[in-house]
Amino acid sequence: MPFALLKYALSREHPDDPHFRWKPDLKKTYDVIIIGAGGHGLAAAYHLAKDHGITNIAVLEKGWLAGGNTARNTTIVRANYLTPEGVAFYKESVELFRTLSNELDINVMYSERGHFTLAHTDAAMRTARWRAEVNKHMGVNSEVIDAAEVKRICPTMNVTDEARYPVLGALYHPPGAIARHDAVAWGYAKEAMKRGVEVHTQTEVKKILIENGRAIGVETNRGVIHAAKVMQAVAGSSSHVARMAGLKLPIKTIPLQACVSEPVKPILDQIVVSGSLHVYISQSARGEMVMGGATDAYGLYSSRSTLDFKESLMGHMLELFPFMGELRILRQWAGMADMTPDFSPVMGLTPVENYYIDAGWGTWGFKATPVCGKRMAECVATGRQPDLLKPFALSRFNTFDLVGEKGAASVGH
Amino acid sequence: MKILNCPLNGPRNISEFVWGGEMKAMPDPATATDAQWTEYLFLEDNTAGEITEWWLHAPTNYWFIARRNTITDEILETMTYDAFLARQQANASGEAEPAAKPATGGTETGATSA
Ligand SMILES: Cc1cc2nc3c(=O)[nH]c(=O)nc-3n(C[C@H](O)[C@H](O)[C@H](O)COP(=O)(O)OP(=O)(O)OC[C@H]3O[C@@H](n4cnc5c(N)ncnc54)[C@H](O)[C@@H]3O)c2cc1C
Repeated sequence: MPFALLKYALSREHPDDPHFRWKPDLKKTYDVIIIGAGGHGLAAAYHLAKDHGITNIAVLEKGWLAGGNTARNTTIVRANYLTPEGVAFYKESVELFRTLSNELDINVMYSERGHFTLAHTDAAMRTARWRAEVNKHMGVNSEVIDAAEVKRICPTMNVTDEARYPVLGALYHPPGAIARHDAVAWGYAKEAMKRGVEVHTQTEVKKILIENGRAIGVETNRGVIHAAKVMQAVAGSSSHVARMAGLKLPIKTIPLQACVSEPVKPILDQIVVSGSLHVYISQSARGEMVMGGATDAYGLYSSRSTLDFKESLMGHMLELFPFMGELRILRQWAGMADMTPDFSPVMGLTPVENYYIDAGWGTWGFKATPVCGKRMAECVATGRQPDLLKPFALSRFNTFDLVGEKGAASVGH
Repeated sequence: MKILNCPLNGPRNISEFVWGGEMKAMPDPATATDAQWTEYLFLEDNTAGEITEWWLHAPTNYWFIARRNTITDEILETMTYDAFLARQQANASGEAEPAAKPATGGTETGATSA
């Protein structure tokens, strides 16, 4: 980094390489095809190239680079999950995030803010206690604090008992962070392409070619391409693409909406989530209040925004942060979340040989981008399910061995 | 707010309802294999397009059927479960009715709001 800066300072021209080394033409065959150029697909390509020396890879994207849920998420990164399997997995991701700017040579603006999961009921306090104990046991920094301590750390929050649902306490997770989501995806794309990986946008996979129970390639709007291995990482389109491979998934596609306010000077340091009120908020580096809640009430393939969402969000937000009454909404949007029944992802091997899946990321997959890329790459390269991914295999639904994370993932993301 | 037309209570704000998901046929619990039960419990068609689905009117605890387009978010019609069964039987025995017509009165096409 310092040398690069020095080069910049002394040069009259722009000494940096172009970020993306696009190759316009598709080859006929690759070692690996990855469907979906969101953060997950790009991270997997990067780790296949860097850790496993597999560089003859095409990442196929029907739209533009990382324009799916990666571009729409509210960037909360944390490891304070509920199950030991979940905590171990997300913990590795948080560790990878901490050094990601160096790893990818791009500023992902990883910013540790501290993360509150507020409790307004005794039941929520119990869940907070449960999560704190599991977290501490697994070496993740989390503790239960009372309302006075919440107020001390976050003075702008209203914790009086005049609110409709007063704050009783919180699960406090100091490492909770936010990051610059686009830079994460672009960093992976840039570093993967530098190593020879091809990323093809405007290239939609329409069919998956299967011979004798093995994936052998895909058909796209730009023709047929063969590959030794095929991996899908398409978030909201997971069921649609998996069906092309003859697979039926435990997934419902449900919109998740979010919005930001106009930017203001720094006033809120922490990330604040309330599972009971179905709201969360953080302040971005630009000063915007980034806000969201739970998924919509029913399934839909659409990224429309609704007034109902904003009304219920703002009602609670104004009680928690009365100063928000002064702010105007600047933008609103939505993404299509691929929701599983246990609020855990689906990763790894499938019944189709040489076909790998990364799906079920719902409302919580941004934080997993680094670990998922690393471990899915390992899975694709070795053809074996890595230990860390074993609990999240698609086959868990056949053995009724679910990984119930609803208590930690339904609004917290 | 979007309006859903409940066959029991008439047009109501959609916030009064709970989504029950796409309709699936339940296998006989006494004879179903684990694989069939897994499919029934967890696996979803997750259709993009027209679906037949369950809804619950929460205040009256009343379950009924709707047809909806999951791309345009248009509610095409709502009907009682009995009306749904009657239509299925009629379709099976060949006297197919026009699909858009509800099988019983009082269940006209659910309105959508702007
Ligand atoms: C509003 C919102 C807020 C969120 N907040 C958080 C948060 O705070 N923290 C967190 O951890 N997670 C959050 N998430 C979840 C997170 O955004 C996703 O889980 C994650 O970004 C998924 O990454 P991905 O790379 O798998 O998918 P995507 O980024 O969606 O990439 C998939 C790509 O596949 C492409 N594709 C689809 N079909 C095809 C096809 N047939 N052929 C070729 N390409 C195809 C799509 O165009 C898309 O670009 C949020 C999501 C939303 C919508």
